[in-house]
Amino acid sequence: MTNISLEAPEAVRGQPYPGAPDNWKRFFTFSTDHKVIGIQYIVTSFFFFLIGGTLSMIMRGELITPDADLVDRTVYNALFTMHGSIMLFMWTFPVLVGLGNYLVPLMIGARDMAFPRLNAVSFWMVPVVGILMLASFLVPGGPSQSGWWAYPPVSLQNPTGNLLNGQVLWILAVAISGVSSIMGGVNFVTTIFKMRAPGMTWFRTPAFVWSVLGAQLIQLYGLPALTGGAVMLLLDITIGTSFFAPERGGNPILYQHFFWFYSHPAVYVMVLPAFGIFSEVLPVHARKPLFGYRVIAASSILITVVSGAVWVHHMFASATPGWMRILFMVTSMLVAIPSGIKVFGWVATIWGGKIRFTTPMLFALGGISNWLFAGITGIFLASVPIDIHVNNTYFVVGHFHYVLYGAIVMGIYAAIYHWFPKMTGRMYYEGLGKLHFALTYLGTALTFLPMHPAGLMGMPRRVASYDLEFAYWNVLASIGGFLLGLSTLPFILNMVSAWIRGEKVGNNPWRAYGLEWLTSSPPTVENFEETPVVVSGPYGYGRNQPLVGNIPNPGLTQFPESLTQQQTS
Amino acid sequence: MTAERANPSGELRNAQDVEANVRQHQEHDAASNSKFGFIVFLLSESVIFLSFFTGYIVYKTTTLDWYPPGVTGLETRDPFINTLVLVSSSFVIYVAERYLHDKKLWGFRLFLLITMAMGSYFLFGQAVEWRSLPFSYQSGLFGGTFFLLTGFHGLHVLTGILLQTLMLGRSFIPGNYDNGYFGVEATSLFWHFVDVIWIVLYTLIYVWQ
Repeated sequence: MTNISLEAPEAVRGQPYPGAPDNWKRFFTFSTDHKVIGIQYIVTSFFFFLIGGTLSMIMRGELITPDADLVDRTVYNALFTMHGSIMLFMWTFPVLVGLGNYLVPLMIGARDMAFPRLNAVSFWMVPVVGILMLASFLVPGGPSQSGWWAYPPVSLQNPTGNLLNGQVLWILAVAISGVSSIMGGVNFVTTIFKMRAPGMTWFRTPAFVWSVLGAQLIQLYGLPALTGGAVMLLLDITIGTSFFAPERGGNPILYQHFFWFYSHPAVYVMVLPAFGIFSEVLPVHARKPLFGYRVIAASSILITVVSGAVWVHHMFASATPGWMRILFMVTSMLVAIPSGIKVFGWVATIWGGKIRFTTPMLFALGGISNWLFAGITGIFLASVPIDIHVNNTYFVVGHFHYVLYGAIVMGIYAAIYHWFPKMTGRMYYEGLGKLHFALTYLGTALTFLPMHPAGLMGMPRRVASYDLEFAYWNVLASIGGFLLGLSTLPFILNMVSAWIRGEKVGNNPWRAYGLEWLTSSPPTVENFEETPVVVSGPYGYGRNQPLVGNIPNPGLTQFPESLTQQQTS
Repeated sequence: MTAERANPSGELRNAQDVEANVRQHQEHDAASNSKFGFIVFLLSESVIFLSFFTGYIVYKTTTLDWYPPGVTGLETRDPFINTLVLVSSSFVIYVAERYLHDKKLWGFRLFLLITMAMGSYFLFGQAVEWRSLPFSYQSGLFGGTFFLLTGFHGLHVLTGILLQTLMLGRSFIPGNYDNGYFGVEATSLFWHFVDVIWIVLYTLIYVWQ
């Protein structure tokens, strides 16, 4: 027999993470194992999710009455600035990078990321960013009050006169986060281009990997633009250059261009992996191949490209010339095409499937329905006349929270539940999971739906007090916000208790079809005992074809009879 | 036995193919990944310069009093000599790399030293120019963008020289470059990148006045 295996050394086989303690302590070490780093990212970012969520609940507490009676206006400004910054830079980006870190090498049959040490450095910058952000609560004058977008001339003000102020700390934090993300982008792109297992052609690569590739390409072309703008802003604040300072001849609108050139595509950095998660979860729990897999994969790259040409729709009200408004209205609406392709693909995937309403499936379906709603209000906002009307109102806040919480956070939860058995070897508690889903879905609707009518009626965003006519919608939104806060409790309880003493469920409890399910749970140090040789596409449900040529796939042959039957012709 | 494992309907036709493919995969050497990753990094880095260049163009085309009072333009002769030195150093570092490729360490060291000298000359020339200028980074948008662009580029030249020093030092470790020299390739790529950026920068700031 020809030996073609690339086996892990005898001493380490079957033993997770050698060289590091084989218990929870390994997650506190400078590990270069992509699986440890992935979980480090996920847990760290969830910690910051709780902090960002606490800030938002103080804000909702303030907004439950029309007067500014809980916190004053400056504190409120700091609250929404830090809420936005922490949720984006400390939660959504890192948690998705964590999921990508954990899953991408497993899904493409690689032993690790291309640059493991760089990977670890990228992760350890995240706590530094978090500390800088939180430290700004302690400096004189408090945190930045200019919102997560840090528009000049507001962000150029420095009432305390100190060089070390909340705004400077904010810029430094964002810059370090940017460096970390660019290094991560280089790592992911290299890994996906160069480390795929033999036989894993581009169109045998799972949709999640495609979506991560698209997202990381955006990081690479977009983030440096924001970094350039941030450097200029920092120089304006610290050494007195005049790039964005209007009173010294500078151009604050140019900052908006730099900012949105990255920060609009940044939405896709977050939502593309969520799309990838939906594309992975639906086929498993509906027992059907992903419908239109190639088109769904290609649409990720199409979104990557188109998203680079839509940023001005954030600036329709910023004295943007008419021709530019029309141009960017059209390009913004073009994004609906690849996004729509995906939604139709998902609907067709579950159509006629044997759906198991597990927690990840519920989160995926909930996330898709929310995305549909967010996408439609997105089309509204892309049209210049409607955007001018609702610009800087709660309609916008409702829209992007539907994207971020409704679709992306739901997708993240779907992923965590779906791959929890792979990461831990144990199963979460289904009842708690369903409770978590119910609270999250209801909470999302109750918090963010009322923002739409409030916005249409004219309630401005970024205010600590408002007219009495908006009170009804704000009370609803605040109750929803507290519900969302409550919803994290069953999640934490579930994860902690299931990790400690959940039921041990073997390597492939979902009977899923994908490289990551062919290895042990949790995977051994180099992921696969033999490098898998891929011989077919990634979603062969009901087709009875092997996924790899050299490793038997016990998962598929153990399907219950009812699940292995051909679902559709 | 392996033949049974390979799926004839897939891309891999038979046992030999499978084996060759796995071997090839196994030999994905770190250097090849590193080179790919480094090029991706440089492309990403160039976007920072692109945003600065965009800023320069926007400011120059929309500002009424572009040059600070008393300034009519920039002296171009010395910067042009500087440019010639920097651009030709790209060829010198290429020669150094060829010497290393042919395992001739003395040639590698010599030409790397010449590259470093040329880079240092460039930085020195820039320092002299900065001292002689009648405006500062606070002199309106022209002053700000001028010092931002030349300063950020100068920082890259300095980084390049430091990398070259490191590579020179490593050449004295016996056998260090016997099995590949990705560090040298990366340093060289970085240096070419810095040169290309300078050509654009020189055209924007000194030629387009």
